[in-house]
Amino acid sequence: MIARRTDAPERWSHRLARAWRTTAVRLSVIYFVVFTVFSLFLVVVVAHDAARVMTLQLHAAIDADVEALDEQYRAGGLMRLYDALEDRARRPDAGLFYLVDPSGNPVAGNVAELPPGAFDDTEDEPRPIGYVRYDANGPVRHVALVRSLVLENGFRVLVGRDLGERDRFRVVVRGAFRAMVVMLLVLGGATWLFLSRRVLKQIDQVSATSNRIVGGDLSGRLVVTGTGDEFDRLAVALNGMLDRIGVLMKGLKDVSDNVAHDLKTPLTRLRNRAEAALSGQPDPERWREALEATIEESDQLIRTFDALLMIARVEAGSSLAAAAPVDVAEVAREIAELYEPVAEDAGAALKVTIDDLPPEATTVSGNRELLGRALSNLLDNALKYGRPDDRPPEITVAVTGRRDRVVVSVADDGPGIPEADRARVLDRFVRLEASRNAPGSGLGLSLVAAIAQHHGAGLALLDAAPGLKIEIDFPRLAVGAPGAAHA
Amino acid sequence: MRILLVEDDREAATYLIKALREAGHVVEHAADGDSGAHAAETAAFDVVVMDRMLPKRDGLGIVQEMRGRGDRTPVLVLSALGQVDDRVEGLRAGGDDYLAKPYAFSELLARVEALARRHAPAEVETTYRVADLVLDRLSHTVTRGGEEIVLQPREFRLLEFLMKNAGQVVTRTMLLENVWDYHFDPQTNVIDVHMSRLRSKVDKGQDRPLLNTVRGAGYMIREPAK
Ligand SMILES: Nc1ncnc2c1ncn2[C@@H]1O[C@H](COP(=O)(O)OP(=O)(O)OP(=O)(O)O)[C@@H](O)[C@H]1O
Ligand SMILES: [Mg+2]
Repeated sequence: MIARRTDAPERWSHRLARAWRTTAVRLSVIYFVVFTVFSLFLVVVVAHDAARVMTLQLHAAIDADVEALDEQYRAGGLMRLYDALEDRARRPDAGLFYLVDPSGNPVAGNVAELPPGAFDDTEDEPRPIGYVRYDANGPVRHVALVRSLVLENGFRVLVGRDLGERDRFRVVVRGAFRAMVVMLLVLGGATWLFLSRRVLKQIDQVSATSNRIVGGDLSGRLVVTGTGDEFDRLAVALNGMLDRIGVLMKGLKDVSDNVAHDLKTPLTRLRNRAEAALSGQPDPERWREALEATIEESDQLIRTFDALLMIARVEAGSSLAAAAPVDVAEVAREIAELYEPVAEDAGAALKVTIDDLPPEATTVSGNRELLGRALSNLLDNALKYGRPDDRPPEITVAVTGRRDRVVVSVADDGPGIPEADRARVLDRFVRLEASRNAPGSGLGLSLVAAIAQHHGAGLALLDAAPGLKIEIDFPRLAVGAPGAAHA
Repeated sequence: MRILLVEDDREAATYLIKALREAGHVVEHAADGDSGAHAAETAAFDVVVMDRMLPKRDGLGIVQEMRGRGDRTPVLVLSALGQVDDRVEGLRAGGDDYLAKPYAFSELLARVEALARRHAPAEVETTYRVADLVLDRLSHTVTRGGEEIVLQPREFRLLEFLMKNAGQVVTRTMLLENVWDYHFDPQTNVIDVHMSRLRSKVDKGQDRPLLNTVRGAGYMIREPAK
């Protein structure tokens, strides 16, 4: 493992840079920006609408005042207008009221100073102007929306409402918005910190665990916190992968241990025999015997190697000839015929029962050579192990069609394989205690299993009561499937 | 016969050369692909024994080149690789037979001799004869001393192959390959039992047995020395 540098500040900045690259942190930043823009938009819209509503209310109030004053004038002349205007102007929260004579001199109202042109209405709507007004504590500068009214006698009235309220509202909104941005910034930063710390912690944990595994300790597992978040799911998936690797590694180790052990025994025998032949008196006859035995033993070793290689290649599925249509009934017939004389010599009855089916019904996609080899291994086993004590052995090779499957089976009526051992005998080099004295290396069924798997076929070890029945259940070659053309 | 041996492993080559010469053959040896290709191009041989994995060149490439020139010399491809598909590849490249290492010398010799004979331009024979045993390939009948022997179809093909190679050793794997068309090595003595059945039909009650077992190698059918 590579030693970690513990240069704190550098590591921290490094961490930050790495955090920026993580999805979680990026997301939190993006959310922050989106929220800010969204709330800004919301505030602007609300403020704008509220201001508009307030302005409309002011307009209505001004129009009502102008109308009321106009009515007073019509009903009671200038004097009545004067009284009404003064009355309104003196109220505590009064607006702007101003009456001037035709030459522009002030007559009544609460205005101290007006900008020039205040009476020149350009539109039908009230417009904003700045003015100075007498309040309880003297003249104060105000802004108001105003509208003028020209009387028949040349007197003019200016009516207005202060905009102060609307402006105060704006200030409040602006303040709220500022507070919100600050709030968002603080929250975003907190999220960012929290996420980055959490993300980095988890990542560091993952890399620490993987480093341990790279270092050879396959027992390490990622911590599952139980929150069910994506980190948990990732940890569960990675742990699953590690479990699988562990199983495979163990399998590999078992195989190589077995290979080492099972090849060492015959090699030792070989060596001992040669050594024994060399010791003692020179004796050409004995030497000859020893050499012949040596050749036989090495042939057996070569066969074991070939079988191991074959199993590995079939299992890997690589570098095998492309699948072609093969009639398994044909193969079964041929192999049974090949073994028939041996069976007869051994006093066994070899029966072949093949369903009366057209060749298409028993054709599978695969490798004839391998299928022949698998069947030959099964027949070899049946002849070697399937011997009942009290009667002549009977071996049955059967091919049956079941819908889109073709089932090839080899059954004997010997002792069979105990339920508990049925899975085990498919492993390399496994030979049952009962059959130790028959020749063999325990690779036959492993190759059968590999060949079945290579052909997408199921392999079942069944109880033939008595005896063992091995069924290989192939998917039929679909009519019109690739490769069917050569059938 | 003249044999070209292209083999880079010096120890294996020395042994093969010696053994092939003892068997009465003339052997030329090339230790790498280039000299092998050169030798195959410049001289005539009855059989070429070609190792697949050679320094500089791939043995199969040389075979393809020979076939490209129209050179029909039979080639036995040797390979340290496994079975099944290497042999398919070897044969596709133009090899005539294939043998996986390690092999018994008797196997190699039997195959080399069978290859040379297969290549000899003999007119197509319709009957094979060994002593008083006659096999008629057209009528599928076998007679010994004029008396008909009834054979199963497979037994007929077995005898046919043996008689075609009369006087030559035929190994068990050669029989399995040529009579059954399977290329694996059956663990049990399946071929031997077929042979003893055939022998009981052909040689039973005859004072001059024709079917011989060659120890450590295989079988041979031949006219017994008087
Ligand atoms: N038909 C059977 N009846 C009872 N036991 C069997 C039968 N077939 C296989 N077995 C048991 O399963 C074991 C494994 O069989 P497998 O074919 O893999 O190896 P083998 O026959 O011992 O050796 P090899 O096939 O490599 O020569 C055998 O040793 C035997 O104990
Ligand atoms: Mg077996």
